[in-house]
Amino acid sequence: MSIDTTSHDQGFKGWLTSESPESRFHAQMVQLYAGWQSLVANRLAFLGFMIIVLLVLVAIFAPLLATHDPSIQNLKTTLLPPFTGGHILGTDDSGRDIWSRIIYGSRITLFIVALVAFTAPVFGLLVGTVSGYLGGWVDTVLMRITDIFLAFPRLVLALAFVSALGAGIENAILAISLTAWPPYARIARAETLTIRNSDYIAAIQLQGAGRLRIILGHIWPMCMSSLIVRVTLDMAGIILTAAGLGFLGLGAQPPSPEWGAMISSGRQFIHDHWWIATMPGLAIFIVSLGFNLLGDGLRDILDPKKAQS
Amino acid sequence: MSDAVDTATPKRRGSSVPLLKRLKSLITVLLTVLLTLVGLLFVTFIIGRVMPVDPVLAIVGERASQEIYDAAYISLGLDKPLLVQFGIFLKQIAQGDFGISNLTARPVSEDIVRVFPATLELATVGTIFGVLFGVPMGVMAAVNEGKWQDQVVRFVGLFGYSMPIFWIGLVGLIIFYGLLDWVGGPGRLDVYYEDVIPVVTGLILIDSLIEGDLDIFWNAFSHIILPASILGYYSLAYISRMTRSFMLEQLSQEYITTARVKGLSERTVIWRHALGNVMIPLITVIALSYANLLEGSVLTEIIFAWPGLGSYLTTALLSADMNAVIGGTVVVGLIFVGLNLLSDFLYKVVDPRAR
Repeated sequence: MSIDTTSHDQGFKGWLTSESPESRFHAQMVQLYAGWQSLVANRLAFLGFMIIVLLVLVAIFAPLLATHDPSIQNLKTTLLPPFTGGHILGTDDSGRDIWSRIIYGSRITLFIVALVAFTAPVFGLLVGTVSGYLGGWVDTVLMRITDIFLAFPRLVLALAFVSALGAGIENAILAISLTAWPPYARIARAETLTIRNSDYIAAIQLQGAGRLRIILGHIWPMCMSSLIVRVTLDMAGIILTAAGLGFLGLGAQPPSPEWGAMISSGRQFIHDHWWIATMPGLAIFIVSLGFNLLGDGLRDILDPKKAQS
Repeated sequence: MSDAVDTATPKRRGSSVPLLKRLKSLITVLLTVLLTLVGLLFVTFIIGRVMPVDPVLAIVGERASQEIYDAAYISLGLDKPLLVQFGIFLKQIAQGDFGISNLTARPVSEDIVRVFPATLELATVGTIFGVLFGVPMGVMAAVNEGKWQDQVVRFVGLFGYSMPIFWIGLVGLIIFYGLLDWVGGPGRLDVYYEDVIPVVTGLILIDSLIEGDLDIFWNAFSHIILPASILGYYSLAYISRMTRSFMLEQLSQEYITTARVKGLSERTVIWRHALGNVMIPLITVIALSYANLLEGSVLTEIIFAWPGLGSYLTTALLSADMNAVIGGTVVVGLIFVGLNLLSDFLYKVVDPRAR
């Protein structure tokens, strides 16, 4: 695929904005570019996008950005306020550099978000599409189960799961995923019900495709856009729940620089040494605001009703 | 039930449904709720069974002989098949018996009755806060769609969704209690006011008024205002967003144009005609956010040393008090289901089209 094959002479940009794409790949690129442009046009959504890109970069380049080792304790430099002794955000009660801990903590946050964002929607998608496509008693049973999990308050259920499984970051992720999938299942089911009776599905059925092939290959792609919006909007909630579990001592365990756990350990010093608990909270706030801004914008961009008007 | 979770848009059905059909739908709803409840209890039961705590050891202690251990094992019913155990569990819960808490050495049900009013009070004041500010903000955003007011409301809402509640609680305590001393500190009352007035409802704000003790009322108020407004900020975010989208839907309807053409003032059109119709779906939203606040209070209660269900639940969790954990989880779950059902029901009462 080269630029020369296009009928326009405006180079790459012309190729990207072409109204008559010449291949499937070309069409996808054109659509992607249009989406990108509307994302850039939506200032707040773009800001959110930039925050998330920044988070990823910080996580990748953590060793370069950190000024100190996040876990080395130094009892000579405990409880230093910000901007003293080469500590940008000060130090905690064990003399660890808060800036470096927050930088490394971004990896944990990203790890949690990535794992939950993968497992919960995929599981929900599986339940929802199978339920919607097969219908009948399978649908009834699966949706009843979904309703039961929806009926639970999420944090309380996650708390109960973690206490059953034992504290730790993997179990926290598992618990959050276990409580996060039902809404995805409902969305996927609703999408499947509208797709199930369409002509192209009938055509594939006539060609002899099996149920699994239809669900995975032809229904799943159609559910993606609404799921992506929902996942992005949920990310902030997932970050907050994970931080909450960390704060309660049920998530990532102490020496690890998880933001929620950092707030928890800084809590006892809050009156005299405000920065220990405040700084990681600020990090949580900025990241979840980023996801919220992006999700809010994506909803506008991907909402067909809005696009028409 | 699922309707309340899924959508909040008005359902349009025929207004003259035959009695038999209505009875049938009522039975279906009841069966669904019952099934959900049993499922909820089953999940909780399983969680309790896989907990890495030996319930027998918790009772007999580590130095008990094998015979005593076995006797306790059998008396707890642990030798029976899992399904039979679940049946016994269901029967106990139906009788309001959640067992004895290891931590307080009292029946869990008594403990919950004692701590629940604190949570209820907090969530109620929070919801009042959310409605009082959230609804007008949503209306303002919808009326000025796309203008700066709309952006401000949207931003305020997104801020609310993004704050870690335990963190903003801490920061709020430092600023408003530590630095400015505008509000009361952690807890429901100052120490010297505690246990002064008799418990009637368990809600201190109301109990103090019944007793006619305004000092205690204002003291309780100064303690509740910060945690409640932080909790309320969350429901404000949700309520203002939903109000905005409901209002936008109404404002594009023809009856609004008619009302304007008739020469009604903009204030009447917006606050009486449009908002009047928005109130119906809004009830569902408020009920849902109320349920969310009961849950959201878990973290807030810890920060503010608020002796409610959230504190009780987490203390029980951290000390592996299994009966208390299960009892607390079941109660929160029941309230959740109950509020969903209630909002569905209220909806039908208020909106004649949904009957």
